[in-house]
Amino acid sequence: MFQIRIHGRGGQGVVTAAETLSIAAFLENRYAQAFPSFGSERTGAPVVAFCRIDEREIRLREPVLNPDALIIQDPTLLHQVDVFSGLVPDGYILINTSRSFEALGVDEFARGFCAAHLCTVPATELALKHVGRPVPNAALLGGFAAVSGRVSIDAVANALRHKFSGAIAEGNVAAAREAYAFVREEMKEGSHAKTG
Amino acid sequence: MLKQVEGSRAVAEAVALCRPEVICAYPISPQTHIVEALGEMVKRGTLAPCEFINVESEFAAMSVAIGASAAAARAYTATASQGLLFMAEAVFNASGLGLPIVMTVANRAIGAPINIWNDHTDAMSQRDCGWIQLFAETNQEALDLHIQAFRLGEELSLPVMVCMDGFILTHAYERVDVPTQAQVDAYLPPYTPRQSLDPAEPVSIGAMVGPEAFMEVRYLAHVKQMRALELIPGWAEEFRRAFGRDSGGLLHRYRCEDAELVVVALGSVLGTVKDTVDAMRERGTRIGVLGITCFRPWPQDAVRAALAQAKQIVVLEKSLAVGLGGIVSTNVRTSTSGNAQAVRTVIAGLGGRPITRTSLERTFAQALDGTLEALTFLDLDHGVVERALAREREQRRSGPIAENILRDLGVVGARIS
Repeated sequence: MFQIRIHGRGGQGVVTAAETLSIAAFLENRYAQAFPSFGSERTGAPVVAFCRIDEREIRLREPVLNPDALIIQDPTLLHQVDVFSGLVPDGYILINTSRSFEALGVDEFARGFCAAHLCTVPATELALKHVGRPVPNAALLGGFAAVSGRVSIDAVANALRHKFSGAIAEGNVAAAREAYAFVREEMKEGSHAKTG
Repeated sequence: MLKQVEGSRAVAEAVALCRPEVICAYPISPQTHIVEALGEMVKRGTLAPCEFINVESEFAAMSVAIGASAAAARAYTATASQGLLFMAEAVFNASGLGLPIVMTVANRAIGAPINIWNDHTDAMSQRDCGWIQLFAETNQEALDLHIQAFRLGEELSLPVMVCMDGFILTHAYERVDVPTQAQVDAYLPPYTPRQSLDPAEPVSIGAMVGPEAFMEVRYLAHVKQMRALELIPGWAEEFRRAFGRDSGGLLHRYRCEDAELVVVALGSVLGTVKDTVDAMRERGTRIGVLGITCFRPWPQDAVRAALAQAKQIVVLEKSLAVGLGGIVSTNVRTSTSGNAQAVRTVIAGLGGRPITRTSLERTFAQALDGTLEALTFLDLDHGVVERALAREREQRRSGPIAENILRDLGVVGARIS
């Protein structure tokens, strides 16, 4: 089982991201479960959502305590909420930022993790460019597909078309695809998370 | 058709496939998404003929359902928590009148203190109201139970409450197999009421009944519930043949063969319990699970048979009978053989407290080595409790308990994760 925890703020589409990721996995014939942290989701308040992906039926209903991947939709949470809590040693970290891990002040922490699994993507900028609103979730799912390989970018695109329709769907798909390409490029350079 | 959808959406689609004619509801979390989806279907005309009635309260929701059902319409509503309490008087009326309304209860805690998260206190508060109560383990089962509920309720002229864990199921996206209209039509015949209000053939429903007949009416309600115990297994079997799934029935046994310790629970926590049990089985622990799907009527004989071999029983329950302990465990004790079997009550998950494998495994291990007390509270923060008690000892005007504890924990308002 692969477990993902998504941290963001109310209004950034955190819950939608987890749901969309579960649809992407479902479209690839896997079992998936997505659920929010069930808070009173006010705009701007810290929000957490979870997604599990497995080859067999998922029965577990506890929150994701030991994520295999973290998606941080808002870097201002890094020093407010214990977003890294329970992350497995070879876990993935994907942060929405145009800055480096060092500039974010988390390089010390990240040193203990597998460098190839740490990644940044300017998801808000990509969302503004393609969707016209600062909703970074779709772009981050594209980045997640690239860094983890757990779902294909085509499945992410199809899932986004399940969740949204028309121009909004296509804008989100474009943001996801550009983020995917961005992260692939970062990985090729082998210097991701440190550049910028 | 396989779909990856929210639990609420899955239930709404199941209800729509049952061709309800009147849906009335008042919004309350975590039930709201279900009736929102149904409202959209009625508005778009994809669910027709059906009247969607926005009512002014939960009391009105159940009252309208009663009126609709008495007029021979297939009626549905949904609620949760305080909403269920607010409609309580009408809830008793629906069963007393023998009207087969189906209602989803998206299980949620009851205040005060106000809490929107999941536990079973709402459904348990109505356990003796005369409704059949079914508890879903997964979203697939929630979907399936609604289809079975209309059939069961209408056959017996009894209302049925389908309980599904609020948020944990209602707001979870997972895979469900949504049946076709033809499949549901074949399983669920059109509603033929035993009684109905019809201007062409006027009757009274709901007359005053005095001491001369009230006992008999109540006794017959009990007889009908006992009859449900006979019918439910057969209908679950028929459902399995028609839909290819093991959903519903009185109870589900999991790895109970040769189990020394059997854990009894209801609802979605069964999944986490099963994962815990699998891990303990791998290390040689003889442990199994008994999931109660039908809580009312209480499947006395089936539970007794399922627990017959168990030396120890742990009842894990998401509600607390304040001043007594466990509600489910009190029922379980009626199906055990007295002192020969130890029944321990573990209250867990109140107000949405996560129930984790780690805590469950520790608790089950304690039960096996004989150190688990008769009544325990999973992951209770004893430090917080001690400090609250100390405040009360130290000063008369100690203030509101809940707010004091939040201040103690350093949280402003409720914690969100």
